[in-house]
Amino acid sequence: MELCQPNPHPTGMIATRLLTKSFRDKQRGEIRAVDGVTLEVRPGEIYGLLGANGAGKTTVMRLLATLIKPTGGSAVVAGHDVVRASAAVRAHVGFLAASTALYGRLTAREVITYFGELNGLSRAEAGIRLERLAAELDMHEFLDRRCEGLSTGMKQKTSIARTLVHDPAVMIFDEPTLGLDVTTARAIVRFVQECRRRGKTVIYSTHMMHEVEKLCDRIGIIHGGRLLAEGTLAELRQRTSEQDMEDVFIKIISPGEVS
Amino acid sequence: MTGKNIAIVFRKELRDLLRDRRTLRSIFLFPLVIMPLMVQLVTRASRSITASASAQISAIQVLGGADSPAIVAQLRADPKLRIEPSTDDWRQLIADKKVRAAVRIPDHFEANLKTGASGQVTIFNYEGELRSGSAAAELEAFFRRLSDSVVQRRLADHGLSPALIKPFATRRENVAPPEKVAGNRVGGLVPYLVVILCFTGALYPAIDLTAGEKERGTMETLLCSPLARTEIVLGKFLMVLTCACASVVLACVSMLLSFELGGPKTASGAAALGLTHVDPSGMVGVLVLILPVAVLFSALVFTLGLWARNAREAMSYLGPSMFLIIVPAGIGMLPGIELNGRYALVPILNFSLACHEMLSGVWHWHYLALIFASTCVYAAAALALAVRMFNREEVVFRA
Repeated sequence: MELCQPNPHPTGMIATRLLTKSFRDKQRGEIRAVDGVTLEVRPGEIYGLLGANGAGKTTVMRLLATLIKPTGGSAVVAGHDVVRASAAVRAHVGFLAASTALYGRLTAREVITYFGELNGLSRAEAGIRLERLAAELDMHEFLDRRCEGLSTGMKQKTSIARTLVHDPAVMIFDEPTLGLDVTTARAIVRFVQECRRRGKTVIYSTHMMHEVEKLCDRIGIIHGGRLLAEGTLAELRQRTSEQDMEDVFIKIISPGEVS
Repeated sequence: MTGKNIAIVFRKELRDLLRDRRTLRSIFLFPLVIMPLMVQLVTRASRSITASASAQISAIQVLGGADSPAIVAQLRADPKLRIEPSTDDWRQLIADKKVRAAVRIPDHFEANLKTGASGQVTIFNYEGELRSGSAAAELEAFFRRLSDSVVQRRLADHGLSPALIKPFATRRENVAPPEKVAGNRVGGLVPYLVVILCFTGALYPAIDLTAGEKERGTMETLLCSPLARTEIVLGKFLMVLTCACASVVLACVSMLLSFELGGPKTASGAAALGLTHVDPSGMVGVLVLILPVAVLFSALVFTLGLWARNAREAMSYLGPSMFLIIVPAGIGMLPGIELNGRYALVPILNFSLACHEMLSGVWHWHYLALIFASTCVYAAAALALAVRMFNREEVVFRA
């Protein structure tokens, strides 16, 4: 598969420093969804952000994609500050999440062209990109069908093409396999691996242990909004003296629970 | 912010909405089909009501009057009255609508009239009941005519002129041209319909483009693009505004066409309602003045839709808000309320009153300018609120 172009930004792809996001809740008061997270994702690597539900993964991803603004700390993506140059960040990022849906009443072709135009491509340029992506992802059969009538796998391919149409240097995946069947989830995992092969920088959030084992060069374990541990899989195993990824994870988020 | 980006969003929303049956119903079905049908029904119903009212014969009872056979005979001869045999339960019969009214004729009434004495005739009706009121009015008219003829005979008996008790006559004559009369009749109805159409035209698209997108998960997808939030909100807002304006224009065109093509029955019904002589420049004035109102509605509906978590919640906010639109528009239809400096600043009411005047051919330019300017200010504030809300992540990501 020829999904991604070579990475034009070889250095400093994602770097956060004491990144913090607080929300105000009427009943619970101030909640720190992300609490002083400092991490760095090197060019061309896949960084896995592993955490349970509610750990703060989605908030970190949304902060990096500039969908929301941090209340403290800083973050730089593809050389641009997420607060001061949010539009430039978004222009260099492809964001795919379980919550990013497609326009049901538009065809796959229209959706991909629309996002190409939103990313500054002319209609002709978007058309060329679309044809290439459609060939690579084998989409020609359903390209002119409305998204509401597509199968889950077809929708996923359309979403992938949507994130790649402007050829971003950084890919942000927020639990992209959530709720998908095994076949479609495997296709996503293969797509992420392909991104690495093409030199994209990837940050990938999940709560599934086998995905980080299979995909990630380095892993950050997040719990209660705080980054508790970071390193390669081997480093984390060595640090916890555990082999099973689930045991590694549990030992880090609640030491003493693993027997 | 660039117009090109706003146009990209607008074009996509247009394509998307034109494929949504619910939105198409709200923009096209109501103004193009239901409105003309309603007008046709109202005009035809008004003709048939007028026709049946004029042919109405009311059943009444005469209480007493045995010693006044000539007067009872005259009553019997009245083509609009039918005398039923008198019964003791006449009050109940009126309440049951079996008899519409009753009249009590005092003893020796006929004899007293001849001798120059006075008497008291009592008419009984069921207050608030339309046909009972008509019967009572017919009885009053009968006895007024009888009273006049008795007075004239008594004056003649004394060799006096009728001018003694009626020194002069009064007559009322209309000097207003037909379009002004029509404008006064429909001046309240047109803005009322236009305001409702403008609101309903904006309603579904606004919900679909805000709460609907949140619910379907496409809002987050869109926010991932490099476009500024203001560009996105303006592209979407322009789409809602287009729907609101399209709804109004389509309704006006379809109503005019239905009068033109609806045949003589519709035309005469429309004439009965005074709809055929509406000042065309007044209609143009209405369409110009609805523009800032449409911006105001679109921005407010958009903001409320944005606040809602999903389309159902948005409807729960926007359904009741319809009353906030209808009430001031309805107040403008009430008789006796006239445009002044204070009312010119009240949104919707000012539009309603100004339309009333423009359709009657009255152009108070200073008030019109004040209304246009004040509505523009309200609309700008509402639009600024919509942009502000779209920039607030706790609103956009409210779940």
